[in-house]
Amino acid sequence: MSDQGQTNDLELLTFRVADQEYSLDIMSVREIRGWTRTTPMPHAPDFMRGVINLRGTVLPVMDLARRLNLPSHETNDRNVIIVVKLQGTLTGLLVDAVSDIVAITEDDLQAPPDISSDPQLSVVRALTVIDDRMIRVLDLSAVVPNTSDEAA
Amino acid sequence: MSEQNDPMAEIRASFFIECEELLEALQDGLQELDEGGDDPETINVVFRAVHSIKGGAGAFGLEALVRFAHRFETVMDEVRGGRMTPDADTMKLFFLAADHVSDLVRACRDEAPIPESTSEELLARLDELLGDEVETEEADASDFTPLGFSMSLDLPDLEPEGSTFEIRFKPEQELFATGNEPATLLRNLCALGEATVRCNSSELPDLEDLAAEAPYIEWNITLKTEAAEAEVRDIFEFVDGLCVLEITSTSPDAGDDVPDVDIDAGIEVPAVLEVVAPSPSQPSAPVSKKSTKDSGEEAGGEPESKKGTAPAAKSVVRVDLERIERLVNLVGELVINQAMLSQSLDQAGLSPHSDAMNGLEEFQRLTRDIQDSVMMIRAQPVKSLFQRMSRIVREASAAVEKDVRLVTEGEATEVDKTVIERLADPLTHMIRNAVDHGLEKSDTRLANGKSRAGTVTLMAAHRSGRVIIEVTDDGAGINRERVFEIAVAKGLVPPDAQLSDGEIDNLLFLPGFSTASQVSALSGRGVGMDVVKTSIQSLGGRITISSEAGKGTKFSISLPLTLAVLDGMVVNVAGETLVLPLNVVVETLSLGPEDVQMLRPGAYVVRVRGGFVPLYDLGVMLGYRAHRKTDAGAIVLLISLDDGSRAALVIDGIQDQRQVVIKGLDDSFYRAPGIAAATILGDGQIALILDPADVIAGMGNPRGADIMLSERKIANE
Repeated sequence: MSDQGQTNDLELLTFRVADQEYSLDIMSVREIRGWTRTTPMPHAPDFMRGVINLRGTVLPVMDLARRLNLPSHETNDRNVIIVVKLQGTLTGLLVDAVSDIVAITEDDLQAPPDISSDPQLSVVRALTVIDDRMIRVLDLSAVVPNTSDEAA
Repeated sequence: MSEQNDPMAEIRASFFIECEELLEALQDGLQELDEGGDDPETINVVFRAVHSIKGGAGAFGLEALVRFAHRFETVMDEVRGGRMTPDADTMKLFFLAADHVSDLVRACRDEAPIPESTSEELLARLDELLGDEVETEEADASDFTPLGFSMSLDLPDLEPEGSTFEIRFKPEQELFATGNEPATLLRNLCALGEATVRCNSSELPDLEDLAAEAPYIEWNITLKTEAAEAEVRDIFEFVDGLCVLEITSTSPDAGDDVPDVDIDAGIEVPAVLEVVAPSPSQPSAPVSKKSTKDSGEEAGGEPESKKGTAPAAKSVVRVDLERIERLVNLVGELVINQAMLSQSLDQAGLSPHSDAMNGLEEFQRLTRDIQDSVMMIRAQPVKSLFQRMSRIVREASAAVEKDVRLVTEGEATEVDKTVIERLADPLTHMIRNAVDHGLEKSDTRLANGKSRAGTVTLMAAHRSGRVIIEVTDDGAGINRERVFEIAVAKGLVPPDAQLSDGEIDNLLFLPGFSTASQVSALSGRGVGMDVVKTSIQSLGGRITISSEAGKGTKFSISLPLTLAVLDGMVVNVAGETLVLPLNVVVETLSLGPEDVQMLRPGAYVVRVRGGFVPLYDLGVMLGYRAHRKTDAGAIVLLISLDDGSRAALVIDGIQDQRQVVIKGLDDSFYRAPGIAAATILGDGQIALILDPADVIAGMGNPRGADIMLSERKIANE
């Protein structure tokens, strides 16, 4: 099925959240924006930072560190918002900084070891090693809360 | 099938649009008949609607529709001829048949399979009506022999053979404008018998005074015929209301006294037309040929001339909704832009009396005008929606075998088109609920001293800048004990919870709640009132219940007039900018230390001119800050709620009063209680638009559905 030497290439956008390195499939990333002040939503879950104006549409922004139960830093100007698209909906993810774009193959990915007690694990789809650093590949659909099933 | 460039497809499309109008007229007419209206014009309207649908369908070869409409029309004709008086059951059948016609129209339009079996069943029932009512007159029941209906004349419907009619026929301008041709009518008259046609041109002015578009001539016809008066009138059926028509019948021998010269009108009349009335007839000729659309429109407009007065044909443009959407969006951008401009001019430190500021003011006024006009394009009366509901009631009541009457009020209330479309589902659900759960069975009703037939009332009205739609039933009311039991059984509330009546009623809106102990085919499919509530909220609306045991239940929906723009008051709360709908703000006050009184710990009231109004700190309610020690010195907005009560909201400052463009919040994340939508301010920041009533409902009623919902959501994550 797979041609030799032509395995599925994968490009990952790597970024730092609370001094850890994470990554996302670059195909789900729409754009990267500098930090702007968010308008908080009342009574929103802790990880919801609020909403921002993305060229005329209202974009919800989520603090990825809080979402992953990591210590959240004060925001500064170097923070960026990664705008991702999942099932047609745009969401902003607040991260500390964007590092790099790396090209890997599916073979480079390892399944995360099964440590079920770690709540973070459910959102980490795979692990990979780049320059001796471990990079966590996020499962976007697990990170972005999906309320559409709730409506049913 | 390439719909794009096929002229036939275009005509076909407009035929189906006209069908919608005709079906509406049909529904209206039937409704009126059902309510006991005995205006002979009503049955004519109904008859013509069916007839026009049949005619159009014939042109497009829609056999199934033609066949059904024809038989329906035949029965209608019996009623029209006065040979059949529809009783309640017949009316029910008529409604079913009308529903079926609309089903058939839709099936034909979407090229969907035709529901043959229903057709057959209804046709059989229609035939049954025909069968035992008109056996005696079946002899001449050829395709199209409508017999007389009495108008203003006290004549018997059936004329003896060989009668003579004196006919005065004076076309009015609309007759020509709608593409009718007097010569054809006269020719048809001549075909009935021996006719003498005289053209009366006495009103014809001199050439220089002649208005090219105005008709001046009338015809006097003496017709010797064996046909009945109704047949004579039939010829003028489609110009009814568009002309002056007087038909008098004289006895056969009197007819001979008229010393007339018999002319073959077929030759004479066109000649007269060419010479005397070239202008009205000429433009009409191409109109009638151009497309079926124009003549169809005339047919569509006709039923509106209910009381015999012909209104000047309203000229209507059909526009693709997408284009209007685009216009609305552009106007939205314009409003945002204008806000930005005004902010930057403000920051530039221009004097408020400078030319630039004056120009800006003018600009604001124009923007507002444009916006109002655009919104008006989108506004539609709720009538079409209500008609759909009357069908739901019929079907629902038949399914549960209850006798239900639907009363509608305020059908002319205009609401944004999108709102109407998106209201259809929730309203359907509520109506079904009212019929299925709200109303009792007939025997129970009788036992409780109520009328056998239950009543569901559907009301629409404009109230303080919002649209109110109410669904009321006169049923048993909400059985609060059972609601509470079920809520406890489903784990929605703890068994020891002390809930007020209002709180129990609101339990109905919780997800997964269904009071029907068994799932009926009609409602209770697991989707409950929570879905209704969510869809109303997504329209920026609210829904409330009030119920009285034994008297009935009322669901009240309150919706914003438009979905695009709002007059708002921009305020500061705890460093955040928020927008409140201007129409809820009654007045603003500055709090003195003695104004605030504690009701009990955590609950305060403010004294406003002798009355006490509950005081809420907006910052605390929205979770922006903790309670402050004192609210003295703060600014308070006095707001009025839909139910007439008042509340005072503590804010930090008022920024501005301005129009804001409503941007919907994506529900996929999380719906904040009390937040209706968002808007973009002049500086590009987003400000949330509050729904004050919702905020207060969430606050004053901590166990309210909204808070529970959000807590559940957080817990789920």
